[in-house]
Amino acid sequence: MSSSNLTSYFRFQDVNWPNVWSAAWETVWMTVASVVIVAILGILLGLLLYETSGSKSKAVKGLNLIVALFVNIFRSIPFIILIVLLLPLTQVLVGAITGAKAAIPSLVFSAAPFYARLVELAFHEVDSGVLEAAEAMGATKWQVIFKVLLPESMPALVSGLTVTAISLIGYTAMAGAIGAGGLGQLAYTDGFQSYNNTITLAATVVIVIIVFAFQALGDFAVKKIDKR
Amino acid sequence: MIEFKDISKTFQTADGPVKAVQGVNLKIADGDVFGIVGFSGAGKSTLVRMLNGLETPTEGSVFINDIEISKLKGKDLREQRKKIGMIFQHFNLLWSRTVLENIEFPLELIGMDKTERIKKAQQLAELVGLGDRTHAYPSQLSGGQKQRVGIARALANNPDILISDEATSALDPQTTDEVLDLLDDINQKLNLTIVIITHEMHVIRRLANKVAVMENGKIIEEGLVSDVFTNPKQALTKRFVNAEVDTNQTPDIKSVAKDLLQRYPNGQLIQLRFHGNQVENPVVEQVIKSFPGLELSILEGSIHQLADKNATIGTLFIQLLGTKEDIEAAVKLFNELRVETKVITDE
Repeated sequence: MSSSNLTSYFRFQDVNWPNVWSAAWETVWMTVASVVIVAILGILLGLLLYETSGSKSKAVKGLNLIVALFVNIFRSIPFIILIVLLLPLTQVLVGAITGAKAAIPSLVFSAAPFYARLVELAFHEVDSGVLEAAEAMGATKWQVIFKVLLPESMPALVSGLTVTAISLIGYTAMAGAIGAGGLGQLAYTDGFQSYNNTITLAATVVIVIIVFAFQALGDFAVKKIDKR
Repeated sequence: MIEFKDISKTFQTADGPVKAVQGVNLKIADGDVFGIVGFSGAGKSTLVRMLNGLETPTEGSVFINDIEISKLKGKDLREQRKKIGMIFQHFNLLWSRTVLENIEFPLELIGMDKTERIKKAQQLAELVGLGDRTHAYPSQLSGGQKQRVGIARALANNPDILISDEATSALDPQTTDEVLDLLDDINQKLNLTIVIITHEMHVIRRLANKVAVMENGKIIEEGLVSDVFTNPKQALTKRFVNAEVDTNQTPDIKSVAKDLLQRYPNGQLIQLRFHGNQVENPVVEQVIKSFPGLELSILEGSIHQLADKNATIGTLFIQLLGTKEDIEAAVKLFNELRVETKVITDE
């Protein structure tokens, strides 16, 4: 049974479909769980970056610099290295270093800073005239954030989150290769290491479908909320 | 009562300090519709933004009913801001909210109960003529409709003062007049103090009873609109007033004037300016009867009504043909009848 033959892609009888579905489910679970955490952390970090940018106070400037540095460092570390680097932290946070749960910390650490930058950009895109109008009406800082900044930047926040989610799906596959489970692990161990190209193909197709589904969902949501 | 006392504002920019406002003293009485006119960069926006603390003066103080606005901070400033409505050139509506929700915005800020809020917003939408568009989003509205939403939103908190910052500058002439009519209507109904910033004398003429002209951060002329229109003193004021009341500055009329001057070398083109009730008197008739040898033909005329209905400005553009003596005597008679004359030459 040669795995270098093109027909090796189409030996569907060799595929254990229940395994594929459970791997797909793990990928979706990892992605959704990390997207939720990334959305919350990213918006908080992005808000911190936005509110502290352009300030004259030295303390605020310092805070902005520290947050920006933190964001830039974690954005620069290649994901595969980040996973290995965070293994001890993962052990402390999750109590394990393999499985879908164990992938979450590194997924979050890599995607949250990226999303934070998108969030900061989205906030800066909000019409300064509208912010001024809210200020002129006597809005407090928090009222401006919740009633103006967030709703007025929502389409950009959602499309940014879609982009982040899709790169997270890619990261889950990488995490899968070193034991996080999901379609990445399926393609690597059951496909590559077991000379079963059909499984690799099946994992690829399912992952592409998941990516398309996230993109479609994101586009639909943006279209629904964007009234401009 | 609004009072600006010795106000100066200097901005620090990369090119050094810029004096946006310099030594301004101004009083605006309750119920006034006060226009501040000037070209962009004259400092009028900076000055008026001090009323709701969007700007703070570098020197001097701003008072509203004896409260020093320029000293307020935090909660006190926010409470004060709620008593001042503001409308903007670019409307500054939230695109994510419907007409009704935009009008509700300032009411949400004060924590008004939801049903009460909707009721109030609905009334305001009807006041500005948008009662049937309350569920539309701003992107579905025309510029004039957007400004109506802006006005309704500005009125939501029953303000004492309404600031209009170039509110009609982004609108076409027809829509501008509709919005000005609405503001006039609101002023009659609610008896607000309205402060209007504009670069269009048209807006001042239609709405204001008092006006201040700003240039390079200073107020160069100030007074009743009727006085300033009939007797502008500064060069810039004259320019603004003439741009509004002189309809004979168009290229068409200039070329006709040039043609007439060439064809009738013994004739003279004269611009007559009537003020107040002079507009209603048969002045031209009197002149024709006094000089039977004089040919008088009317080229063009216009009448401009000010917001103060007692003040009207009329302009008449005539040609006189006859002897030099007759023409001179006719001009003299016009002046005796308190009509301003200006001889038009070939320039």
